[in-house]
Amino acid sequence: MTPSDDRGAERRAGPKRPALARETLLAIIGALALVLCAWAIPWLKFVLTIALAKGIAVLGILLLLRAGQVSFGHSMFLAVGAYTVAFVAPGTPEVLLLLPLAALLAAALGLVIGLFVVRYRDIFFGMLNLALSMVIYSLLEKMYAVTHGTDGIRVAGLTFAGQRLEREVQEWAMFGIALTLAVGFGLLVRAYLGSPMGRALAGIKTRETRLEFMGLSARLVLLFAYVLSALMGGVGGALVAMTSRHVTPQLAYWTSSGELVFIAILGGAGSALGPFLGATAFELVRVYAAAAVADAWQMILGGVLLVVILFAPGGVWGILSSKLKGRGA
Amino acid sequence: MSTPPVTAPLLSAKGLRLAFGGVKAADGIDLDVMPGEFLAIIGPNGAGKTTFINMSTGYLRPQAGSIEFDGQPILGLKPRAIVRRGIGRSFQLPQLFTEHTVLENAALAVASRLGPWSPLTPLLRPAWREEAMDLLERFGLAQVAESRADTLNEGARKLADIAMAVALQPRLLLMDEPTSGVAAAEKMQIVETLVRVLRQSGVTAVFVEHDMDVVARFADRVAVWSQGRIAALGPPAQVLADPVVQRDVIGISTHA
Amino acid sequence: MPSTIIEWFSDNGLLFGLALLDGLAYAALVFMVAVGLNLVFGVLRIVNVAHGSLFAIGAYTAASIGIFFASLGLPMWAGYVALVLSALLVGAVLGPLIEKLLLRRIYGHEDVLQLLVTFALFMILEDVQKLIWGVQPIMQDAPMKFLGTVDIPFGDDFIPFTAYQLFVLPGVAVATLAALAWFLRRTLTGRVIVAVTTDKEAATAMGIDAAKIMLLTFSFGAGLAALGGALASPTTSLVPGVGASTIVLSFAVVATAGLGQIEGAALTSLMIGLGRSIAVYFAPEFEVVVPYIIMVAVLLVRPQGLFGVLETRRV
Repeated sequence: MTPSDDRGAERRAGPKRPALARETLLAIIGALALVLCAWAIPWLKFVLTIALAKGIAVLGILLLLRAGQVSFGHSMFLAVGAYTVAFVAPGTPEVLLLLPLAALLAAALGLVIGLFVVRYRDIFFGMLNLALSMVIYSLLEKMYAVTHGTDGIRVAGLTFAGQRLEREVQEWAMFGIALTLAVGFGLLVRAYLGSPMGRALAGIKTRETRLEFMGLSARLVLLFAYVLSALMGGVGGALVAMTSRHVTPQLAYWTSSGELVFIAILGGAGSALGPFLGATAFELVRVYAAAAVADAWQMILGGVLLVVILFAPGGVWGILSSKLKGRGA
Repeated sequence: MSTPPVTAPLLSAKGLRLAFGGVKAADGIDLDVMPGEFLAIIGPNGAGKTTFINMSTGYLRPQAGSIEFDGQPILGLKPRAIVRRGIGRSFQLPQLFTEHTVLENAALAVASRLGPWSPLTPLLRPAWREEAMDLLERFGLAQVAESRADTLNEGARKLADIAMAVALQPRLLLMDEPTSGVAAAEKMQIVETLVRVLRQSGVTAVFVEHDMDVVARFADRVAVWSQGRIAALGPPAQVLADPVVQRDVIGISTHA
Repeated sequence: MPSTIIEWFSDNGLLFGLALLDGLAYAALVFMVAVGLNLVFGVLRIVNVAHGSLFAIGAYTAASIGIFFASLGLPMWAGYVALVLSALLVGAVLGPLIEKLLLRRIYGHEDVLQLLVTFALFMILEDVQKLIWGVQPIMQDAPMKFLGTVDIPFGDDFIPFTAYQLFVLPGVAVATLAALAWFLRRTLTGRVIVAVTTDKEAATAMGIDAAKIMLLTFSFGAGLAALGGALASPTTSLVPGVGASTIVLSFAVVATAGLGQIEGAALTSLMIGLGRSIAVYFAPEFEVVVPYIIMVAVLLVRPQGLFGVLETRRV
């Protein structure tokens, strides 16, 4: 039985309580495991913080996937969040101000772009997002005077609630903020997906016409999801910038967007946990593959992706949830 | 039911014309639907029956003519605006959210009538859940409430599709072949369920139907569609007995 | 106003002429890639993200064979043999390999999964390419040198332009367009391909071997991409990343033209090629952006693309 069959059976069975409990249990175990790893292997803290940040952005991809839409340009919102931090940090280094600002700007851009792209579906939706992200990419690359082109910008020193922290403490602070936001957005997304808005969003994938005949605007439903996903992209990007302390236009390149979709599928689109499982797996494979074979890590990632799609379409979440279920039942 | 002409029609279509290429799907349709009646539309495939429903619900726009609902013109309105005014529809191919359960489908319809909502309110909150369950019970679908919509048999899918339309509490319900694709044994049962629920809720109904037994038994009036025109209109006993209708329409449509 | 335009032209006329010539050559290359992508999508219903990698591999292979021929002391025209050989190799070996090993498994799957499978393929091919050819720029311009340059009269001046870019590139593109149009409309296999594009189930029911048509189409599309790459290789030095930038550009062309449009893809390639090269000369900071701005502008007005046919959903 494949994991996707498994989920179907679970849904047919109806009551979602066991699934919910499993999800919560896995979330707690996952969070604890992350903290433990970050504590035991200090250099992993950086990798895991990045993974959490990307996971938040991938939550946005997950929303669009629920509507059956793939954005191959979503990293533009990541880039907006990241460059917001890079531009503003020299004047206002406060993390607790930078994060909401990045979220707000990304959401605003999401609204503007969203008003346009929600009129399209499938291939056109994906391609328009791609095209617009490439516009953002080239602006970042070409406006050298402002962005320093491909060299990128080093992020200035940051403060946390007014405090300048030592390196080690700051790393922990970033990790903590990323984890907290990940949990927060995870809960938000789960609630949203269970609401009429979220269920209508999933309806776009299966029966968009029916939405209209229920008196709902499919475009409005998709727009809300799009803006929310842009917002989370901005937060993810801001966290990436604060953690890596360096931003480049590469963040907005279409291959980075492809990576986000990759992570969504790797983790499994069946749960709000999927993006974080996927992002952690992705970053770990990347780090270890790059260490083992410096020139072929992309190839290894590509191979992993193929194996997941062909043999475990439910992703990491699908595998874990069926394992846990087997034990629980 | 011989309705005295003093009552204003609920839906009034005048001179509807629409051609796709050379095919005239509507070639001067005039039809008044009276409040409270059950009007059956019969006629061969391609006569423009679905086109009429599509025009009345804003999915297609006629090239000429007018449609008024409750005295208000509705042409040019989007489907969702027309739905909000009280015209519901069901589909020949049931339009259910296949990945959702039947209960979720029904609750979503209930919620969309009662919206707007906060994005954090659960769909299956008690009030919406209860109303949806109640609806499903009336349609005899309570035992499949927790099943995914794509696991239902055709009859149940048809009923669920209509239940979603009824959840919106329309004043007029347009049903496109509510019994097509359903096993003969189930047919009467489905229609009886439908008629009971719709009469209870006081919904006026227009339905496209190929089964003359169903038409004879449940329709107050019958409109016979032929090549984009209404060839005959009247009580079933009279219309179905017309030899021309018998030869040209029933002869073909019962095979469809 | 007109006087300022005339003034502008007398100042920039030469540059503008050069931009047009460049744009024409560039459009020819873009068309070769986009038309293959379009054809593959039409028949397989898969957007092949790795299509740009096939362009890059075609370019590298052509350059390698060309360099090898030169080391054997073969004359310069042998470079053309290298171009054709490269396209044949990719079309006849790599194309069928990818279709049979990978794509065949995902026909009819969700769009997302199909996109990601080809994205995975893209990642793999990018590294394969780096492992084989390294990251140092590779240049092999024998085919271009062989034909020399032509002086094109432009007003009172002359623009020296390579005969290769002036004649060979647009020539091959026009020939490809004509051959494709003839093949799809006039030959049996071509009509079968069109039939599969329009309605796969019906075509299969008619006894058409859809699997074989898909294999052929994909291989052919791969060959076209490789030929595009091979043709591009003499005009530029090859570096990693060529595949990634090529594919997004051909996406823009295909989406702007409308899916499944061959002649439309040609016109759009021309539009986007010219637009980009005018930007290169007069507003270099917008070079990369221009194709996408054209695409977004077109889709704003015509959601189905310039030449696309609007599909209505059946209720």
